[in-house]
Amino acid sequence: MSSEQLLQQAQSTLWLPGALDEPGLVRVMDSMLAKGADFADLYFEKTLSESWSLEDGIVKDGSFNVGGGVGVRALCGEKTGFSYSDQADLASIQRAASAAATVANGKGGRCQAVNRQHPAALYNALNPLDTMGPDDKIALLQSADQLARRLDPGVVDVSVSLAGSWKTVLVLASDGTLAADVRPLVRFSVSVVLQKNGRKERGNSGGGGRVGYEQFDAGTVARYVEDAVKMAQVNLDAIDAPAGTMPVVLGSGWPGVLLHEAVGHGLEGDFNRKGTSNYSGRIGSSVASPLCTIVDDGTLLNRRGSLSIDDEGTPTQHTTLVEKGILKGYMQDKHNARLMGQALTGNGRRESYSHLPMPRMTNTYLLPGEDEPDDIIRSVKKGLYAVNFGGGQVDITSGKFVFAASEAYLIEDGKITAPVKGATLIGNGPQAMSKVSMLGNDLALDNGVGTCGKEGQSVPVGVGQPTLKVDELVVGGTR
Amino acid sequence: MDIERELQTLEDRIRLALKLAQQHQATAEVGAVQDQGLSVSVRNGDVDKVEFTRNHGFGITVYKGQRKGSASTSDLSDAAIERAVLAALNIAKYTAPDDCAGLAEVDLMATSVPDLDLYHHWPLTPERAIALAQECEASGLSVASIKNSDGAHVGSSDSVRAYGNSHGLVVAYPQSRHGISCALIAAQGDTMERGGWSYSHRVPGQLQAGEAVGRKAAERAARKLGSRPVPTGDFPVLYAPEIAGGLLGHFIGAISGGNLYRHSSFLENSLGQRLFPQWMNIYEQPHLPQGPASAPVDGDGLPTCNKHFVEQGTLKSYVLGTYSARRLGLVSSANAGGVRNLRCSSTHTQHELLKMMGTGLLVTDVMGQGVNIVTGHYSRGAAGFWVEQGQIQFPVSEITVAANLQDMFLNVRGVGDDIDARGNVQVGSILIDSMTVAGKSTGS
Repeated sequence: MSSEQLLQQAQSTLWLPGALDEPGLVRVMDSMLAKGADFADLYFEKTLSESWSLEDGIVKDGSFNVGGGVGVRALCGEKTGFSYSDQADLASIQRAASAAATVANGKGGRCQAVNRQHPAALYNALNPLDTMGPDDKIALLQSADQLARRLDPGVVDVSVSLAGSWKTVLVLASDGTLAADVRPLVRFSVSVVLQKNGRKERGNSGGGGRVGYEQFDAGTVARYVEDAVKMAQVNLDAIDAPAGTMPVVLGSGWPGVLLHEAVGHGLEGDFNRKGTSNYSGRIGSSVASPLCTIVDDGTLLNRRGSLSIDDEGTPTQHTTLVEKGILKGYMQDKHNARLMGQALTGNGRRESYSHLPMPRMTNTYLLPGEDEPDDIIRSVKKGLYAVNFGGGQVDITSGKFVFAASEAYLIEDGKITAPVKGATLIGNGPQAMSKVSMLGNDLALDNGVGTCGKEGQSVPVGVGQPTLKVDELVVGGTR
Repeated sequence: MDIERELQTLEDRIRLALKLAQQHQATAEVGAVQDQGLSVSVRNGDVDKVEFTRNHGFGITVYKGQRKGSASTSDLSDAAIERAVLAALNIAKYTAPDDCAGLAEVDLMATSVPDLDLYHHWPLTPERAIALAQECEASGLSVASIKNSDGAHVGSSDSVRAYGNSHGLVVAYPQSRHGISCALIAAQGDTMERGGWSYSHRVPGQLQAGEAVGRKAAERAARKLGSRPVPTGDFPVLYAPEIAGGLLGHFIGAISGGNLYRHSSFLENSLGQRLFPQWMNIYEQPHLPQGPASAPVDGDGLPTCNKHFVEQGTLKSYVLGTYSARRLGLVSSANAGGVRNLRCSSTHTQHELLKMMGTGLLVTDVMGQGVNIVTGHYSRGAAGFWVEQGQIQFPVSEITVAANLQDMFLNVRGVGDDIDARGNVQVGSILIDSMTVAGKSTGS
């Protein structure tokens, strides 16, 4: 579908039911600028989503959701006014515009001429919910359940779910932006509980992206199920994790949540404009070991964190955040880029029409180095090798971050030995990143399951990294 | 928002959906909510954001025999509700029959709905909200080590929620929530520390003064300056009231029906066992007037009631809704949707608990998700204060605290009377006998 066709499809989905048109909506924004707003935008959204879930070997629940509306924003200097409506008709939009414009007290102006954006589409605009029939969805979930129970007779519970959404968005802004995007997103999750000799453990896995359900072919689903069962098996044999400071080797792929927490959040433009991030004012200085080049890239084809345009209509891009250890730039939305005098990076994202956009990550990852992963393990006398994580959190002001290992092993004399129980790792962003001493040649991105939360808003993201060694991190075990 | 009209609207929507389901020979349960509010934030004295919120939500679950289907929509028009009912019915064509599915028994339905005094409208204008937020922030910014602000926020929202099912039950009631919060940055040399505080109440007149919230946020940021890790070792740990509720939250998760029937809890088959010290009681009070989590009925339409989960240290009841109770062969504890106003017996003042602890760690912040309810394994990032001989010595950060929840629960030595009553879990400081604190290497 061409970008012009995409725009027309979005207009017919979002504007036609409320008999809206471009001149009428531009007049609404003109009225906000006339009151003294420097900038106004309208964000139209309609989302269809579904989920199917299996437990006890049967698909016992499914749900279907329709949501959507229009968010109306006015900016005036540092001030933001925001209102929204789940009715996308002119009267409702005018009411929302009048409320949002209460912050406006500038000199008044008019919208710039509308300039249609034609970004390259990074994924197929087809509705993913229709890419598989209900019977096949159910069969897919059941096949995962049966495989899990076959792989290990100790499996006492299997929960599997399949979820998809189809979001159509259209942005019209007083700076002339008119852009649309149609975003598919699917996800498959499996969780098993394994019981043996009175001990129980859980393992989980899954994946997804901006694709249709056909992504979940038999081989892919089998790999997710095997990973989940293996995680549970490994953890059943796990001994207590060590406690204290030690070298930590992080596996490739999903452990890139390290970068998301230790670096990414601290480089979001809003925190740096406000000077509340421990990376504030540090562009050009060293924030990581010279091995580290970290990028945020919203342009990867079909990835969960990718967007053809961000939620302000700006095309996404490949942004170098840290180059060879030196901080190069922040991730921006329109509000913060303008106030900081910096270029847009296509990171203005929002959970929905009822939330304000802010700078958010897309796919954030660390470029590969030259070390063989085996050599990295061999270099450690006594430490931890962590290959899977539950999630993380950061205090962007102090720089302290944590992430919780869900599958980890001891390294003893250069060899991977016993699995250890889950443990939280804690460090300080720039300090931990400056202790990255070896970097693998095995860059991998995660399977497409990441969701990032900030100020109560959730958005899908991707992370990635090669195998790497941090010389010193605090490991929160009990031994 | 005209509350009477909105109540009527939601009840109408629910009756419409139930009628449509009935026309298709299905039973159903329906929830609907509408809220409206104002949210304002200021930063360094200037207006940062003014947001007007207004949300609708409608969700239906249908049962066609023992087959279940669900749908939801943010559009409450007749046509949208009909589409949702049909979507749910369509899903129920494909889902498998489940013996435990279906509405709760008709004789368990709530027959009266007590007025819990949850609705107190605040005619708050943006100008007034801005002024209150400015006062709050200014009192925090006046503290010497506070060098920056992440803003102060004042918000107010009214909502109407409604529930109905095919037994003929339709319940609708209004509630309000008003809040004030502040986050400030203390700085010293190259280090910055954030501290925040918030307060919320259903009654605007009961909202804590903004100055107090701002000052508390400032103190919480300032006292972290100069923090450092401590050596690794096993020590008693005192959880401050603002995070102690999280520990009871993990307990509630572990005795919740969904985790129990999925064999996903370390407290499976523990009914009647002693899990806490003998002096300890844990109970819920869903009908507290103006309570932060008060509710007259649970998510299945059962009347909520006062109940002990733990009595004299022994587990008396799981946290069950209709479905999970059927799965476990038990009776619902009227906890579909969770517990409401969870409380715990207090034994000491915080000062006494510090004395009892002697040397150990006072934890005021926890980070991350390192809690495994399947095994009870607990390992989280933490910050707080090092304590010797019951006296606070210096701030601590970049450490973890770890143990097994089952051991932690058995080894609670005392619960403070310094209750934090802002949220669903209302509890004082909790002293745990021994946990592994990981920080700087012990040199091994």
